[in-house]
Amino acid sequence: MDDNKTLYTITIFSENTVGVLNQITTIFTRRQLNIETLSVSPSAIKGIHKFTITTFTDDENVMKKLVSLIDKRVDILKAYYNTDEDLVHQELALYKLSTEKVLAHGSIEYLVRKYNVRILEVSNDCVVFLKAGHYEETQGLFEELAESIGVLQFVRSGRIAITKSKVERLSDMLAKRERENQEK
Amino acid sequence: MINKNIQTPDPISSPEKREQETEIISGSEILIRSLLAEGVDTMFGYPGGAIMPVFDALYDHKQSIKHILVRHEQCAVHAAQGYARVSQKVGVALVTSGPGATNTITGITDAMMDSTPLVVISGQVVSSLLGSDAFQEADVIGVTQPITKWVYQIRRVEDIAWAVSKAFYIASSGRPGPVVLDIAKDAQVNKCAYSYQKTRFLRSYQPVPDVDETQIKMAAELINNAKKPLALVGQGVVLGNAEEELRDFLEKADIPFGSTILGLSAMPTDHPLNFGMLGMHGNVAPNMKTNECDVLIAIGMRFDDRVTGDLKTYAKQAKVIHFDIDPAEFNKNVKTTVKVSGDAKQTLPLVTALLEEKSHEEWKSEFKPYVEKEFDCIIKQELYPENGGEIKMGEVVRKVTEATNNKAICVTDVGQHQMMSTRYFKFSQSRSMVTSGGLGTMGFGLPAGIGAKYGAPDRTVCIFVGDGGLQMTIQEFGTIMEYGVNVKIILLNNDYLGMVRQWQELFFEERYSETHLKNPDFIKIADAYHIKGRKVTKRDELDGAIAEMLAHDGAYLLEVKVETKGMVYPMIPSGGCVTNILLGNGNTL
Repeated sequence: MDDNKTLYTITIFSENTVGVLNQITTIFTRRQLNIETLSVSPSAIKGIHKFTITTFTDDENVMKKLVSLIDKRVDILKAYYNTDEDLVHQELALYKLSTEKVLAHGSIEYLVRKYNVRILEVSNDCVVFLKAGHYEETQGLFEELAESIGVLQFVRSGRIAITKSKVERLSDMLAKRERENQEK
Repeated sequence: MINKNIQTPDPISSPEKREQETEIISGSEILIRSLLAEGVDTMFGYPGGAIMPVFDALYDHKQSIKHILVRHEQCAVHAAQGYARVSQKVGVALVTSGPGATNTITGITDAMMDSTPLVVISGQVVSSLLGSDAFQEADVIGVTQPITKWVYQIRRVEDIAWAVSKAFYIASSGRPGPVVLDIAKDAQVNKCAYSYQKTRFLRSYQPVPDVDETQIKMAAELINNAKKPLALVGQGVVLGNAEEELRDFLEKADIPFGSTILGLSAMPTDHPLNFGMLGMHGNVAPNMKTNECDVLIAIGMRFDDRVTGDLKTYAKQAKVIHFDIDPAEFNKNVKTTVKVSGDAKQTLPLVTALLEEKSHEEWKSEFKPYVEKEFDCIIKQELYPENGGEIKMGEVVRKVTEATNNKAICVTDVGQHQMMSTRYFKFSQSRSMVTSGGLGTMGFGLPAGIGAKYGAPDRTVCIFVGDGGLQMTIQEFGTIMEYGVNVKIILLNNDYLGMVRQWQELFFEERYSETHLKNPDFIKIADAYHIKGRKVTKRDELDGAIAEMLAHDGAYLLEVKVETKGMVYPMIPSGGCVTNILLGNGNTL
């Protein structure tokens, strides 16, 4: 992570067709941008997928150009970028720990209270924690667990985010385009 | 509340209703009928295993679709480009899988850079073998995705008709570009019901952005208040068929202009407001004035680095108005004051209506010294050399254009002869300049010229090529022979890769690394293909040879032995300031 760089979150809505991700990543590659996190899932509208991608850059103009190039692709419905201030965002992290070591450590209550951890699974061999939060929070828990108990497996999801501001909704944009098409 | 009820059209069943579902026919037959439904009457291609069913279906449609068998797939695409550029139609190329498809990459990239509407159809191995490294399998989708406007792999016969419909819509609408359809062999062979509906709408794609009235007003206001306006005319004007609208706009406010290489024929060369070409080897006046104007009006051009040179010093004093159909072009290279988004054919008249009639005599008179300087230092020697010596490229180009009353289509390859052609060819009608502008593809000229002749059969097509570029696609002499394509090929032979040699002379201490060519007897090669040819080495033979070439009923190769170490001036060194113009021969501005 570079101190001079800002983390941008790019939100993309696309048709659910083969190869859209490839189209998007090619544009990142040409602009020498490294993808930090990526999350893709069906959106609220059937047949339309939503991508949430984060990337660092020190120049907002790079983001403007990137987003306009993505938006331009035929299969992309809409693309925009935000910085953290504009967003409510979240990541999920899963931590697998040895049951034996967890029990030996003793203070599960402390961890659960401090980090708001949810316990998803307890077996003879392992315990699985779930933590939702920002990167710093999931990373904080990881570091504490790694030091105190030891982490057998760890995985963190890409960021998901929604904007705080009132932005044009995709469904409105689609309705407008359909309406204009009918008028033609 | 999120509206969940928006219906997603199922791509397979859309266009929505298939009422005419009657006949059950093969995918290949569907493909041909779909092409016919799109008005395709000419295409360029080369057969091979994975596209054979389509060529077989084509056999039954010879009367309605002319297929030109080129000699290399790259040339199928270049020919389709030449065809599209002069005819306003979508160019179509048809090739086989694997090497057939990969051979089209250069042409597709070229078409992407120069916004040329193409549909390239490639065969693909049967869908069950996809991904298994089957014979002549290549990941055409993966390879062409970054260099196309849209690509689609058709694996089911049911998808052919709508995919073709979508392909033509995308290729030709908005900012045009190449589209690739990769059709698995089983989809070509299998059968289904055929019905065709033209695509006129895709919800994810807005070909022409909304016009913003505020920006229109702001643009008009800026121009009305401008003392020193300068317009830059690009290919967008030609692609949008907005030549008349441009003329009205420029004449009403009396705005002098320069053109990009691809915008050259949008306005007649001899129009009083036309000060020539922009960029590295463009004319001195419009380049110099770029950094003196107060309002710079870019119309359907994209501020390519060959036009702007160093962006840090480019038109910093000017307010910039940018007309473009592609919103991604705004602020891409040059910071824009007013963005006029939309189709130039629509937006130009809206601005013109708000313009005051103006006269900028004083401003225009400031161009004159540069025009005269360029004539004295460069043009005079290039066109009217006094002391004899070797034939110059420029004089050949000028003699050819004048012999056609400036009515011919100028097709070029890439290099010195290209710059000389763009500088000295004269245009009297639009869609007369076919050249590889963005990608700079050597080997483009000959096949593009063939395509141009099919796109504009009633016009004279003059192909200017160098000895380097001609040999990259010289096998197309075969196509010319087979179909009797009446193109006039003017080979400006200096036995060098001239433009690279020029850079070596200027910037690499005259170290001529790998730029000299030992050339064959081109006239003999042409003769072997039954193409009439003549080699000219003396200036006094030139007029007669050009007349003979133009009078000849059929293809003709005119080889002119030109100055070995000729230089293209003026020249703005790569990455330099647009006013830092080299004039050569010790001359300075």
